[in-house]
Amino acid sequence: MCLAVPAQLVHINETIGTVELTGVQRECSLLLVPEAKIGDWLLVHAGCAVQIVDEEEARLTLEAFRELEELEQDYFNGKIESRS
Amino acid sequence: MNKITLTEKSKVAASLLERIHELHNPEETVRFMEVCGTHTVAIFREGIRQMLPKGIELISGPGCPVCVTDQQYMDQALAYAAREDVVIATFGDMLKIPGTTGNLWQSKENGAHIEIIYSPMEVIGLSEQYPDKKIIFLGIGFETTIAVIAATIQAVHAKGLKNVFFLISHKLVPPALRALLSNPEHQIDGFLLPGHVSVIIGEQPYQFLADEYHMPSCIAGFDGVEILAAIVNLLEQRKEQTFYVGNTYRSVVAKTGNSVAQQLMDTLYEPSDDGWRGIGVLPASGLKLRGEWSAYDALVQLPLGTFTTSDGPKGCQCGSVIQGMIHPDACPLFGKLCTPEHPVGACMVSVEGSCSAWYKYGFSSGGMTWEE
Amino acid sequence: MERIRLVHGNGGKFSHELVDQYIVKYFSNPILNELHDGAVFPVTTGRMAMSTDSYVVTPHIFPGGNIGKLAVCGTVNDLAMMGAVPQYLSCGLILEEGLPISTLETVLQTMSDMAQLSGVSIVTGDTKVVEKGSVDGIYINTAGVGIVPDYVQLGTSYIESGMKVIISGTLGDHAIAVMGTRYGLDLPDTIQTDCAPLHKMAHKLLETFGKDIAFFRDPTRGGLATTLQEIANSAQKGIRLQESAIPIREEVQAVCQVLGYDPLYLANEGKMIAIVRADVADEVVQVMRTFTEGRDAVIIGDVVNGNAGKVGLQTAVGGIRLLDMLGEDQVPRIC
Repeated sequence: MCLAVPAQLVHINETIGTVELTGVQRECSLLLVPEAKIGDWLLVHAGCAVQIVDEEEARLTLEAFRELEELEQDYFNGKIESRS
Repeated sequence: MNKITLTEKSKVAASLLERIHELHNPEETVRFMEVCGTHTVAIFREGIRQMLPKGIELISGPGCPVCVTDQQYMDQALAYAAREDVVIATFGDMLKIPGTTGNLWQSKENGAHIEIIYSPMEVIGLSEQYPDKKIIFLGIGFETTIAVIAATIQAVHAKGLKNVFFLISHKLVPPALRALLSNPEHQIDGFLLPGHVSVIIGEQPYQFLADEYHMPSCIAGFDGVEILAAIVNLLEQRKEQTFYVGNTYRSVVAKTGNSVAQQLMDTLYEPSDDGWRGIGVLPASGLKLRGEWSAYDALVQLPLGTFTTSDGPKGCQCGSVIQGMIHPDACPLFGKLCTPEHPVGACMVSVEGSCSAWYKYGFSSGGMTWEE
Repeated sequence: MERIRLVHGNGGKFSHELVDQYIVKYFSNPILNELHDGAVFPVTTGRMAMSTDSYVVTPHIFPGGNIGKLAVCGTVNDLAMMGAVPQYLSCGLILEEGLPISTLETVLQTMSDMAQLSGVSIVTGDTKVVEKGSVDGIYINTAGVGIVPDYVQLGTSYIESGMKVIISGTLGDHAIAVMGTRYGLDLPDTIQTDCAPLHKMAHKLLETFGKDIAFFRDPTRGGLATTLQEIANSAQKGIRLQESAIPIREEVQAVCQVLGYDPLYLANEGKMIAIVRADVADEVVQVMRTFTEGRDAVIIGDVVNGNAGKVGLQTAVGGIRLLDMLGEDQVPRIC
């Protein structure tokens, strides 16, 4: 129901950020992610960032996909905790 | 950011599919519901349904906000659109939804001022551009969009804008899941949970699925491999008979969700009973603005006279489709009287609607499916 | 700033001034310069192709081109896709009162450049001016004729199963360049219209491969998906595409993600689909790649037995997605 895309925060002007995805820039509101900082990847929905992408988790997800053995299930059911 | 390549994707998908075959008992039929409309579209776009072994069915749930918007809401929107002093701001999908007397495209063609916007935040610009008009935003959506609309209301408030109002029909996913399961005839063996709603609310609100209903559930992203991984997870839970809220989308879905968004929503809104097209009114399944925020509530500030709302269109099975009781092509109107070009029911209106996705990606006038 | 006035279209002195000062200035050639109501030109024996198209794009000027570029290349390409060598164009202009003359000149200059690049002459035309608000700035209609060489045999009836489907380059560039300007998106400079005349490449292919080429088509409005669906329907054959083979620029993909568009349905103005015999497919790609407008050419699928009238996309995860024609226009959506 909700399209959202990750994009990188490149500029902050108070509560308005500029995010970039492969050269395409857009403004988005940072009201829901007040702790976002330049360089963070943000998940953007309808012109508003709704979460900061946890890059460590993104890496682990990718790894879990690549390995696909026991690790995967343990990871997805929360038995492998990342730094948090 | 590190992303999966298409070649990797093919390999990963192949091994996930192998796992699915290992885990699935070919003797039985299991039905998993994808709750989210974006999942429905992704599943069709990637052709996942046909890849799965016989006996694993994916059914599309009530997760397209456009599709579950009820007739009364559309009639209110049409009534506002007819006013000279109003500018309607809305997401594009809403224009096609039928109300009793027509849809917003027709209003637009008849001269109503309707602005299609991408972000609710654009109402701020519209307010400045049309200071003498009342800007009404059609605030539909589930938790993801609700959070964004809440942030918009906060921004409008901070700027002291007096001519921006919201026609609110906010819907919550967990109460809808509970309602589906409380129907004794439900056919659901597990849920693919909506990734971006979960970004806001986290994992905890789904815990009742495991605790009360022993129902496998897994939060999934929107890439084909993320969806396949979630199906693997559901089958694992089923096989092990241990139930929990799985999560294959942990890069953005934290256990506790986005607490800033949750607090903001709590400040602005209170729970309300809400009408779902095809399902009816579900208790505490929606949100409405709290009294102290009524300055932004269109229905309070710009009351509408009474008018009658008709029932939904005759013969339309949207309700059964949304609840996963039937596949879209079991509806007598499907593909005949009701097509994406001439939709009868709301599930055909939105590109994410179960019927529209089914028609567009799984059924075309030439025949049903691709045959090898 | 000088602007177009209604009197520029009344057929009197002002009309003549407009034609003499601007139209003839840019399009000048012996046939046009007769300034009669039509054009007379010599013909050879054989077959001729004729095509017409109207251009109404908003905005008129966008990254990498303008409406004039579309107006010439579009008709030239329509002729080229029929296997014709384009020769003569007509140009009908509908101008809105108040249009800056500098904008008109920019458009005419581009049309002149593109005509020269395409080896065609603009030999007749017409100009009307309408009241402010009746049209959006400038609309252009062009019609064109060209000679079809004897060795050309193109048509959906020549499409057979086993043939390969080739696309000459990346998809969606034109639509995204135009929409980016329309919606005020901040796009990287690499997103530009792909608008370009394709006749040289088309002609070279036909010269080299003759009847091994069954069909040409440029996937303009409705994009690759709609065009292939039309072809599959008309040929009563199935077409199977490989998702991972379809070339789409990263940045175009990014805009599509942000706005919820599907690149397979986006318009292109400088791309062609070729359906060719399998044994020459690799060579066709090599020849295309010797042209700038074909440098990203690649085989994206094949014509299959069964599934008549259907286009199936083999996705990266291994499923098949059926592609339908474009229905409603794509609008930015969130859900």
